[in-house]
Amino acid sequence: MASTCCGGTTTVGRRAKQSNCCGEDSKNEKSSSCCGQDVETDVSAIAHDPAVFEHPYVIGNIATPVGDIPQVATKLSFADTLGSWKCRWSIGRMNYMVDPGLYAVGQPDETSPVLVTANYKMTFDRLREQLDGLNLWILVLDTDGVNVWCAAGKGTFGTDELVRRVSAVRLSDVVSHRTLILPQLGAVGVAAHEVTKQTKFRVVYGPVRAKDVPAFLVNGMQTTEEMRTVRFTFRDRAVLTPMELVGAMTPILITFGILFILNAVGFGHYGWVDLYGILGAIFVGAVLTPMLLPWVPGRAFSLKGAILGLVWAVGFLLLNGFPDPAFGWLKAVAYFLLLPALSSFLTMNFTGSSTYTSLSGVDREMRFAVPAQLSTAVVSILLLLVSDAILTFGGKLV
Amino acid sequence: MKYLKNVVTLQYDSTKCTGCGRCLEVCPHRVFQPEGKKVKIADRDACMECGACARNCAFDAIEVTEGVGCAAAVIIGFFTGTEPTCG
Repeated sequence: MASTCCGGTTTVGRRAKQSNCCGEDSKNEKSSSCCGQDVETDVSAIAHDPAVFEHPYVIGNIATPVGDIPQVATKLSFADTLGSWKCRWSIGRMNYMVDPGLYAVGQPDETSPVLVTANYKMTFDRLREQLDGLNLWILVLDTDGVNVWCAAGKGTFGTDELVRRVSAVRLSDVVSHRTLILPQLGAVGVAAHEVTKQTKFRVVYGPVRAKDVPAFLVNGMQTTEEMRTVRFTFRDRAVLTPMELVGAMTPILITFGILFILNAVGFGHYGWVDLYGILGAIFVGAVLTPMLLPWVPGRAFSLKGAILGLVWAVGFLLLNGFPDPAFGWLKAVAYFLLLPALSSFLTMNFTGSSTYTSLSGVDREMRFAVPAQLSTAVVSILLLLVSDAILTFGGKLV
Repeated sequence: MKYLKNVVTLQYDSTKCTGCGRCLEVCPHRVFQPEGKKVKIADRDACMECGACARNCAFDAIEVTEGVGCAAAVIIGFFTGTEPTCG
């Protein structure tokens, strides 16, 4: 249990009776409590669960008027790196979080800045690894383990949670200043003027990226235009593609399951060629087009995916003996339609990972793209079935 | 990288603007630029409708239909009959 400023705490259930500052539990002298606080305070609201001090990234504690605050490491361990990597592959991504509350970096005091962040562990790690040598506080909001930008969009990184958390950790007893530094992308969920109205804390929006935080602080809490602008670099896109592949995995397995069953009952005529044709289109739509995004013609993601999908479809046909395709003309036409549709759909889904698509825009492109993808897919599947039927019942492929 | 042209719902009312500059600070895509003592929409098509500017405008000078530009969310919303939302 986190102690009070003088270390003497008796706990009754989730509520603690704080002793006065001299460590003597004086029952009568309410006013002598060192911090001027009420004798009874809801510990669950203020202090961390004691288990928080057991986490490997907690390396010490900082005594404050509201109790011990866990001090976190600014060097990432192998476990932290592995954890991030697993998230990129969607392993345990939805449950990778830290406890909300106040944390210390270095040896902060009442004048140290307060950075606000989300409780997605990867977000927390990206932030603390940039803070080596600094003394400050990190206020972690409860965003259900979701990163700042997405959580702000959902409203969990929002005005209400911030106001609640500031009061729950008794921030105004920890620091003497009244300034909160928020990540700029948190502005989607937080109304700065509302926070000030409700907490008396002024909100300063810091840089988008954690790596700019030290420069921002040195710069007198001023962001440059560069620090405020969201990018979507090759590397940014590349790290997101494994998740796209994992997301496509279930439908892929179902499709191959169906093809396998069709083969098993003697109707299907699918093999290695079909497998790599489809996998190729999936790779093009979920990985290649996202990575090459700025260089693929078109603005709509579905169009970009369709274009590279078409390139793959042509390549696939050429690999299989076009203009005299080994699997017959029906299948050739089917794949010519199906592969671009598949890539188009998968790249369209990458809008959700991108940093610059608007809902109005996505809505607009989907009005055209989804009917096109669906009808193309239906026609190509019918063609495949006809081709199978001809082969099954002894006909000749044209 | 630019997304589709002429689709976004961003609206700016300069008569309500006090020139506090908060929108310049929160926009992730430099949509606004200072103009005199106020701002102007300098790059409308760069707007992704995140809503940060409107939410942080204490003077209601900005309006935008906020949403996530995510196809999967639109599909989920379509099937569940709710607003588009991420997972």
